[in-house]
Formats: sequence, structure tokens, C-alpha cells
Amino acid sequence: MNGSGRPSRALRLLRRAGDEQAVMALLVLFVGLLSIAPLARLGYAALLPDGVLDPARITGLLGGRRVIEATINTIWISVSATMLATLAGTAAALLAGLSDMRSRTAWVFGFVLPLMIPPQVTALAWVQAFSPASPLLGAFGLSLPPGTRHPLYSAGGIVFLLGLYNAPLVFLSVRASLHRLPAPLIEAARSAGAGGLPVTRDIVLPLIRGGIFAGAALAFVSSIGNFGIQAMLGIPARVPTLITLIYQQLNSYGPSALNDMALLALLLAGLTLLGMGLTAWLGRRGDQRVDSAARPPRLSLGRWRMPVTLLAWGYLALCLALPLTALLGTALVRGYGQPLSAETLTFGNFVNALFHHPGIRDAFLTSLWLTLAAVAVLVPVSVALGYVLSWRRGRIARGLMIASELAYALPGIIIGVAMILFFLRPLPIIGTGLYGTAWVILAAYLSNFLALALRPILGGYAQMDRALDEAAQLTGAGLLTRLRDIVLPSLAPAAMASGVLVFMTAINEIQVSVLLVSSRAQTIGPMIIFLEEAGSSTLAAAVGCLMVALVLVLMLASLPFRRHLPPGVLPWQD
Amino acid sequence: MAGIEIDGLDKSFGQTRVLREVSLSIAAGEFVSILGPSGCGKTTLLRCLAGFERIDAGRIGVGGRIVSTPESHLPPERRGIGVVFQNYALWPHMSVAQNVAYGLKIAGIPRSERDARVARVLELVELGALAQRRPADLSGGQRQRVALARCLAMESRVVLLDEPLANLDVHLRSALEEEFAAFHARSGATMFYITHDQAEALALADRVAVMDRGRIIQFDRPEALFRQPATETVAGFIGEGRVIEAEDIRPLGDGHASAFLLGQPVRLRCAPGQRGQSRGKISVHPGDLQLLTDDHQPGIEAHVTRATYRGAYLRAELAAGPSASVPLSLNVAAPASLDRGQRVRIALRDGWVIPDPATPCSP
Repeated sequence: MNGSGRPSRALRLLRRAGDEQAVMALLVLFVGLLSIAPLARLGYAALLPDGVLDPARITGLLGGRRVIEATINTIWISVSATMLATLAGTAAALLAGLSDMRSRTAWVFGFVLPLMIPPQVTALAWVQAFSPASPLLGAFGLSLPPGTRHPLYSAGGIVFLLGLYNAPLVFLSVRASLHRLPAPLIEAARSAGAGGLPVTRDIVLPLIRGGIFAGAALAFVSSIGNFGIQAMLGIPARVPTLITLIYQQLNSYGPSALNDMALLALLLAGLTLLGMGLTAWLGRRGDQRVDSAARPPRLSLGRWRMPVTLLAWGYLALCLALPLTALLGTALVRGYGQPLSAETLTFGNFVNALFHHPGIRDAFLTSLWLTLAAVAVLVPVSVALGYVLSWRRGRIARGLMIASELAYALPGIIIGVAMILFFLRPLPIIGTGLYGTAWVILAAYLSNFLALALRPILGGYAQMDRALDEAAQLTGAGLLTRLRDIVLPSLAPAAMASGVLVFMTAINEIQVSVLLVSSRAQTIGPMIIFLEEAGSSTLAAAVGCLMVALVLVLMLASLPFRRHLPPGVLPWQD
Repeated sequence: MAGIEIDGLDKSFGQTRVLREVSLSIAAGEFVSILGPSGCGKTTLLRCLAGFERIDAGRIGVGGRIVSTPESHLPPERRGIGVVFQNYALWPHMSVAQNVAYGLKIAGIPRSERDARVARVLELVELGALAQRRPADLSGGQRQRVALARCLAMESRVVLLDEPLANLDVHLRSALEEEFAAFHARSGATMFYITHDQAEALALADRVAVMDRGRIIQFDRPEALFRQPATETVAGFIGEGRVIEAEDIRPLGDGHASAFLLGQPVRLRCAPGQRGQSRGKISVHPGDLQLLTDDHQPGIEAHVTRATYRGAYLRAELAAGPSASVPLSLNVAAPASLDRGQRVRIALRDGWVIPDPATPCSP
């Protein structure tokens, strides 16, 4: 009736609502501001740049010769790379998960390693593989004579590298399916007289179909959005794809091209979602069997055991040793093109990269603090979000999940364009725009990597008995108290794994920040491309080697903790 | 003291109606058991009562205070209700004493008082010596007692138990049933015990609510469930009961009725308002049937389809009736021997006319 009753009532409501609603509101704000709003801004800029829908502009832009060429390239390159990755990844998962191949643990580590190496470093390493400094090819005189066209600077080269790079994604998905495969199904087929090959073909492959297509969907999303490989090979080879087109146009025309680039980004997003939907539809009747206690027995390779083992290690030698030794070789010579020998050997590039080059040092320090800040924000947010998603289902929770997954699945460059659009204009309170500062990059990281941080934590929640939290709730403990006292102690290993994954991805990433870096804020990931473009191949190689070393150290350091983690949380653990 | 009033409770998950018009009135300090097959909605009822689920219709009151309606929902942390979970939900990273003390800590009880209360409660459940152990180092029975101690320490006026014996082996069960009875006597709390095991329910509870497909079909004392089942479902569910058809049921006015079973006259118990019926269902337990040894006594003809040795007695499954279509069960005190196919004659000593839902009678 009168106005004075209202505030006290509101206060009482708030207190009664408790911290659970407050946490929910903060999560909605976080995801809304960092994922939904920038993507909505992107869609608005793409379709309604001046507030009106202009079909002529849209068809004119999308019907252009360069855009059509780039779109066709994007589609067939991603699809071919996905097929290659699916073949290699499935074969590897069957070998590692089902056969009695020798030394599987080390092999799995090596097979998954390429996924952890930044793609621009992979591309650089492969480019160097045919250089005279390559210890493997160079030593056999197989390096390319000067003046010949590099075989990887082609559409086929892009497909090859994208396929190899994404094979571990399919591998991980198929391996997870294999782990859920009920042992009795295989045992029944074997007692019915089926040998290793028929069992694999008739029983195993149909049952893991869902895992294969889920992996293929991941490989497609990763291929279509992989800036590092597409840019490092596609730009010199003059094979335009949508990603490189957006990058080059924005670099040449600056923010004036933003609305048009937003439209291309939307096209890329549409293709990505289409590919995901298509693979989901193909794998729709995948078997959703829950786990069984017994792991299936390994199938014996018999007299093929040695040859298969050798072949598998040969694959690793090709995919890992060949490019990485070449990268190291290039990093160790004085000038690009020199063969590695006692006279040309130098550590100068490493010394330069580590201590003398101010650009590299600044970029590394910027990347380091951005990454640490992203970890510090994303892990606690993921713990709270994971709680809501696991134990408080509802429409809001589902919306948050989809928004964060979308921001992760869409190519990083789309998030980049969205962030530029969103932060280009001055902010209401601060009065100055964040565009060009490191803060925009941080916002993009928080948006793009939320789903990555969330995944291990959801795994941790799935292993936890929900009654533990409910028992604490009955004692009267509020949400934040419960998260601290009850949830976090059980979830700590998963939270740590989540931090490691975000750290490893963000410290070297390129596709999110490549559009956002400026003279004021430079990250280390795109540095390789800039150094390579500037002709400092040996320095770029040294930086690449250091990135690989950092990744390796982190992977190895996390191995001792693997027993405390939910299975499959860290990809490189078997 | 805190009684529980549940009135017209409805709850659906998506299209599935899990609870339908559930109403229960439980007195303060009463020990009530909810008995039903898995999937009947009994755990959902417990979760609604504890506040983990919101309700779609009706209301729940605890201790005279409305805690759930479709519009308002008091969160679990403010209901002051204790729950013993099926897996006990002991926090694995805390010791036994810390598990028991946690709720007191949240309630802001000072350390000295908290420690004293925890020590006292752990003594009561005879776990004083294990106070510093982790839950992982305890046996199943000890974990159960920690979960009970947690409720004791909180001095919950209402304690809900969700199939607490379901995961334990047979030897532990009877010992722990005693534990619950002792806990109830000690705390005087209102107990709400969910189970699918009728032996547990009948042994422990003051009153038992039988649930089926989301409805309470009978809420009564254990002996009433056994002797005066309200529906065929209850009759068939409790105490190995059989539901068979009798003819020409005539009430005699003194709580009894005469009827014909397979052509033989029998005397049955019935509800006071029972009317005469040409046909009706009756509830019969194995103990109600007697094997006739004298061939000249009138009795029901049957033959043995299966005989199983049960230690103290022999259980015979019989087929009676014109086309051997009426199955009956009979207990014969050991030593005795019955063979498959053997012809026997039996007499019915007791039975209950199940009230016909079509002709409702006053209770």
C-alpha cells in the first residue's frame, strides 16, 4: 500500500533468496557479458550495420569472387582434413585401446603431443622440415633445392597438416567410447569364434560409432577454425580461406571493414555449426551405453605385433620427430638455409629470444599475465558454473552451457571480431575504449576458454556424490560455504587439471588474439607469424622450440597427479 | 515437537507425474515408514520434504510451519531437517568428528560447546574411539552410525532416512534396525523412513504408508496393513498375501462375514460397513490355511505344485479350484513331507474381505 514497505520487503526477499540466486545472477552476468553480448553484437553488425537489413549488401558481399573462392576452399579443406583426422585418430585409438601393441603408454603420449603444440609452431616446423637444416631430410640430402616450390605451400599441404594436427582429437573421443565398451559384448563375439579383425569390424566399430562422429565433429570445428596452419601455409600459397580472408582484410582496411568482416565471420560461424550439426546427425544412433566395470580384454595382434608396433612408431617419427628436429635445427643455425654443422651451430637465437629481443620478452610477459589472469578467473567461475550445470538443472543452466560451448566451438577469430566490435566504442563508465589494450584479449580469453575450463570440472562433479552437498545444505551451510568446505576438497584435482589446460592453451594461442594484438599489447602466440613474415625464421624457430619445451614440461609435470584425476581429463594420460 | 503435514502434493518431472495427490499427517515423534517398490515415487517424496525438490501442487508443513507450496519454497538449509542418505554422504575429506561437527560449526556454535556435543554424541553411538578416523577407514555399520550421529548432534526434530539399509548385508541389517529404534527412543524425533523392504518397514514403524505409482494407497499400523489391507495391491504386497475370489459374501454384523470359497463355506473378517456381495476379493496369508489330516472333514481340494524346505517349516504352493487355477500358499510345520503332485485338503481359518472400491464403505 505505502512505499515504505517495499525496500524492507525487497531486502527480506534478497536475504531469503540467499547466495545461491546471487551466484546464479553473477554467472548469468559473466556469460552474458563475455559470450552472448559480443556474439549478438557481431550478428547485429553483420546483418543490420545501419539498423536496417540490406539484402543487396549481403548478397553483394557474399557473392563476390574472392569470398566464394574462400568459402569453397574452407569447406573442402576442412572436410578433407576431418576425414584424414578421423581415419588416423580412429586407427590410433583402436591400436592403443584394444590391441596388445608394445609400449602403448609412451606412444599415446607422443600421439597426443601434436595437439598440445601451438598450430603455428607445427606449421613452422613442417615448413622447416624440408630446409637444409633439417637433421633428418637434410642429412639424407632430401632437402629441397633452393628455388623449388615448397610442397606444403598448397591446399593439399593445409589438408595434410590439419589432418595430422586434429587426429588426436578423434583419438581421444574414440578412446573414451572404447573405455565404455562393455567387455562381455566382445567376449561373447570371441567365444562365438570371431577373430580380432571380425570382432573389430562387426562389434567394436558399430558400437563406437557415436565416439567416432563426435571426434569428427571436434576435428571439423578445430580444422575450420585453425588460424595458425591456414595462415602459415595458406597465405604464402595464395590459397585463401575465410579465416585468412578476414585476417588480411582487417589488416589492410582496419576497423572500416569491420561490418563486412562481421558478415564473413557469421558465414564462418554458420559453416561451423552446419558441420557440427551434420556430424551429430550422422552419428545420431551412436551407442550411449554407460560404463561397465570390466575393461574389454585386449585383442592379440599375433605375428603382426612387431610390424604394427614399428609402423605406429614410424608414424610418430614422421609426425613428431621430423618436424620438431627440423624446427630445432633451424633454431640452432646462424642464418636461414644453412645446413646444421659444427661451424653453423649457435645458441644465439635462443639467447636472443630469451634475453635480448624486447618484443619477444614483452609479448611473453603479456601472455603470461593474461594467461594467469584467465586461469585465476576461469577456474573459480567454472567451479561455480559446474555446480549449477551438474546439480541445478533448469532453463538458465542449459542456456549458460550452450552459450559457453558456442563461444568455445566457434573459431577464435570470430570471438576476436566480436570483441573488437563490442569494445571499439568507449565504455560507458570508464569513458575510454578497451580496444587495443590487453584487456580486450583477456575478455576474449575468458569468453573463448570458459568451456575448456569447465570440461574437467564437470568430469569432477560427475564423480562426486551429490548427497555430499545436500547433507551439507541440511546443516544450514550456504552455497559459497559449501563450495569451499565440501565441493572444493573433492574437486581440487579436477580444478587443477582445468587450470593446466587453460594455461597450456592460452599461453601459446594465436587465433583469438591475432586480431586483437596491437603495438601496446602483444602476445607471444602470433609473434611466430610476425617474426616469420619479417624474415627472422631462425628466431621464430627458437621461439617455437621454447613453446614446445614449455608444453612438454607442463605435460610431464602433470603426469604424477594423474591418479587423482577423473579418467580422460588430461588428454595425454592413458 | 515437529509433526509433518503433507496435503494434496503433486510433483511431475517433465511429462511424468511422480507424485499424485499425496496426503499424510504424521504426529510429532512418530516413526513412519514409506513402503513401496522402486520407482513408486517414495524418494521423490523424501526430497520434496527435505526441500531438494519444489512441488507442483499442494503443500508441506513441518512443525506447524508451511515449508513448501508451489509458490514459496523454504530452502533445505533452513528447514532444520536431518537426512540419513542411502550412501550416508559422509564427507570423505573430513574425520568422523569433523563430519559430526560441521553442522554445528555452520550454526555458529562456539568451539568448546561444539567439541563437547560431538564427543557426547559419538559416545552415544559408540564411536568415541574412532573420532579421528576418516570415513573411508570405517565399516558399513560404523558409517551408518556416523550419519546418525550427525543428525543427533544437530538435534533435528525431523529425520528422514532414505533406504539406509539397502546397501548392507543381511547380518548387519538387524543390528542396525535396533540402532534406529534406539535412536528414535533417544532423540524423540519424528522419523520418516523410506524402504522397499516390508520386513524393515513393519518391524520399525509405528505406521506404514504403502505407495504405488505415485499414490499413497494405505497408511496404517503394521498389523492393520497385514490383517485389513485396503486394496488388492496392499493385500498382495504385504506378508506374502494372496488375493483370491470368494462368492456370496454376507456380512454377519459383528465384523465378520460368511462366504463360499471354492464351494466350501468360510468365515471371514470384514469392514463394519461391508455390504453383501455375490462375488468379492479376499486376502489370505499362508498362516491362514491349515492342512486337513482327517479325510472326512469338509475342505478345499488342491494339489501340491511345489514344496520348498524353509528350515522351521515347509512351504507348499498349491493349486486349487475346478481347473487348478487358484494358487494358494501354505506353511506346514516341520517335520513334514509333501511331494509334488500330492493331493491335499485344506481349510481356511482366517481371511479378510477387501473392501470393494466400487461400493465404498465407511471405515
